[in-house]
Amino acid sequence: MHPILKLVAQRLSLGLLLLLAASALIFIGVELLPGDVAQSILGQSATETALRNLREELGLNEPALTRYFNWLFGALHGDLGTALTNGQDISKAIGERLGNTLFLAFWAALFSVPLAIVLGLIAVRYRNRWPDKLISGITLSTISLPEFVAGYLLMYLFTVEFRIFSPISTIYAGMSLGEKLSAIALPVMVLVLVVLAHMMRMTRAAILNVMQSAYIETAELKGLRPFVIIARHAFPNAIAPVVNVVMLNLAYLVVGVVVVEVVFVYPGMGQYLVDHVTKRDLPVVQACGLIFAAVYIGLNILADVISILANPRLRHPK
Amino acid sequence: MKDDLAMLLDRLDAMGLTRRGFMGRAAAFGAATALGTTLMGGAARAQEAKRGGVLKMGLGGGETTDSLDPGLSDSPVPFSVNRQWGDTIVNVTPDGQIEPALAESFESNHEGTVWTFKIREGVKFHDGSVMTAEDVAATFRRHSDENSKSGALGIMQGISEIAVDGQNVVLTMATGNADLPYLLSDYHLVVQPKGGVDNPAAGIGTGPYKIVSAEPGVRFVFERNADDWNQNRGYYDGVEIIVINDATARTAALQSGQVHMINRIDPKVAKLLSKAPGVQVTHVAGRGHYVFIMHTNTAPFDNKDLRNALKWAINRQELVDKILDGFGSVGNDIPINAAYPLFDGGLEQREYNAEKAAELYKASGHDGSPIELLVADGAFPGAVDAAQLFQQSAQAAGIPLEVKRVPDDGYWSDVWNVKPFCASYWGGRPVQDQMYSTAYLSTADWNDTRFNNPEFDALLLEARAETDLAKRKEIYAKMAAILWDEGGVICPMFNDFIDAHGEAIAGWIEDPNYEMMGGWASSKTWFA
Repeated sequence: MHPILKLVAQRLSLGLLLLLAASALIFIGVELLPGDVAQSILGQSATETALRNLREELGLNEPALTRYFNWLFGALHGDLGTALTNGQDISKAIGERLGNTLFLAFWAALFSVPLAIVLGLIAVRYRNRWPDKLISGITLSTISLPEFVAGYLLMYLFTVEFRIFSPISTIYAGMSLGEKLSAIALPVMVLVLVVLAHMMRMTRAAILNVMQSAYIETAELKGLRPFVIIARHAFPNAIAPVVNVVMLNLAYLVVGVVVVEVVFVYPGMGQYLVDHVTKRDLPVVQACGLIFAAVYIGLNILADVISILANPRLRHPK
Repeated sequence: MKDDLAMLLDRLDAMGLTRRGFMGRAAAFGAATALGTTLMGGAARAQEAKRGGVLKMGLGGGETTDSLDPGLSDSPVPFSVNRQWGDTIVNVTPDGQIEPALAESFESNHEGTVWTFKIREGVKFHDGSVMTAEDVAATFRRHSDENSKSGALGIMQGISEIAVDGQNVVLTMATGNADLPYLLSDYHLVVQPKGGVDNPAAGIGTGPYKIVSAEPGVRFVFERNADDWNQNRGYYDGVEIIVINDATARTAALQSGQVHMINRIDPKVAKLLSKAPGVQVTHVAGRGHYVFIMHTNTAPFDNKDLRNALKWAINRQELVDKILDGFGSVGNDIPINAAYPLFDGGLEQREYNAEKAAELYKASGHDGSPIELLVADGAFPGAVDAAQLFQQSAQAAGIPLEVKRVPDDGYWSDVWNVKPFCASYWGGRPVQDQMYSTAYLSTADWNDTRFNNPEFDALLLEARAETDLAKRKEIYAKMAAILWDEGGVICPMFNDFIDAHGEAIAGWIEDPNYEMMGGWASSKTWFA
């Protein structure tokens, strides 16, 4: 077997094991939450009878272990069950939400990743001069700003002062792509601002590291333009750490944007998960947790594989 | 962020009355009632109203877990959503009268034990089927089934028999209750085809708007019901409810004209917002109130002097000014205010009195160990700040009050009604009897102060059966005095409902029953 294929297979099976462990951890976590599922669903107005009826209906009187394995068995067959709270089919509900989350993450990544890398290259080209300081200064201040503050500032600027965009990013079936893009403009901006600095700084640091090498000096002596040296000669050797950071940020764009979702009323996975955690809707929490874990593990495997492919020493092990 | 919204409405089970309301009740008492006047009022207003346009409402207090089953409705968005597509058999008007809806008229026998509701003829559900008395009875049966998860189960338990007699629905009560029509205006009791037994979340009703699409926690779209039985409402071609739980985003959406009306304005920004161009902030005093509750059967709160020391040690006006920013009124350690019918204002208003509190605290013989008050942000908006103000004023009186902050998560199952001293809120009830029976009768499920006073219990039952309104008022005054002196509830304030709408909206009226004009904002307003 090709060593790369073998490696991918190894990583994938490890990833599946990790997923299983993650599902168990999520289950335990939800079990440990204070309060009772039936009470959480029915709220303060619940009477004893209603509580008892609901507990019975939800099978909450069964031992936790039985419930866990029942669920796992269903999930392996592609059946994520129905939400305890409103009886909706989870697979269908999550499908829509996941689609929305990926849509937002895709557009945020499409702008932020190239922008971060180009800015990183520029920062290296003019290192320690004003363009470098300006880029670092701006990106570091946007990452230091909490997401919701950035969101409110943009919202004030672009919806109240200048009415260019909508403060509500709700998207739904039947909107054209243009309408959807206009709706998500502000959250995309916020997300770009939030993830930019991390990737930019890592690109800059990784390339600077390579810039000390002898072959860079050779390239300089050959008389190549500085930007060509950085982009063509230094950057390929700095790809591994950059890819890792990019993947981490992509994962964040998928699983970590609940605050942005709330501020801009975007129907993504984050809000869906949080609502169901509050109501102790275990099947939904488990399903979301699994998907999030899968996204993280998948992107990390991808990062590993790309770093290996980018490094000839790892690509052709002796 | 969500919890403070979600829990706000939980116990607000029914709509209510203003001080003029008891006149309407008096009319409803005993004999047959003609209810034509309120309908004529509606017709007169409708002449100015214009039809057309799509109304967009930005509402906080909705979750992806929400269901369209009216029985499970327990927060602001489901409440407003159900108001679009559904009707109850009667409604409470802004001035506290009972208004006919799906029931044309009703009457009861003299004892108030047998009630007959005449159901309106020719009303069609959105699926085209005709609504009958059977549907109404089936709805009531579904909500009164012991296995029901309905929020109206408690209300329905007093009804021993639900029968259909032609176009009439006849309800038989175990004990007489003159307040029954008010109880049946409860927003859970939306009439559904065949009672909604097969599919409670179908969203098929008789309301002014039909559901086009429903995405819980995100967006609901409605179109006008052209066959509406009541042509004096539902002036918009369509309604869109967008769930915006973030208060800042909600305000920005209104300011930028993305939505026409929003609910739940934070009192702290209400004054600022009212200065913004094109925005109208409305507020109306209701029966909702915030409380600190002590278990009267648990040490040290089983000591009446200590309880009263704490009651004198809270600065109510300061709380109204700082927590509600003036959008509310001071409470007086009873859950009743002037918004209730038969309210007697003769009770002494408790003010902050450090000397009196110190004196009572000394008399209680308390050992000086810290008195712990449990509070979470979700107990009511500003609860933690309110508790800290309480702590300061109490400590000034020498009472060692300590505030212990606990998480919102699990607050209603692990702290409220469990711990001996904590913060909470009540949404109020339409009538005094229901408020007292829900939380102050010694046998009540939600007797969250563990109040056990045989005299009080006896007076409550006596009042329920009393048909003479003057006598009833007297009894309620006596009960208020007992609770004021003996009770475990510290009620610092009653909160207002604060909404806002854009200048395009006409026909907005104050409705103390609940936010968004008691849920009727989309039915009764129009584009100017």
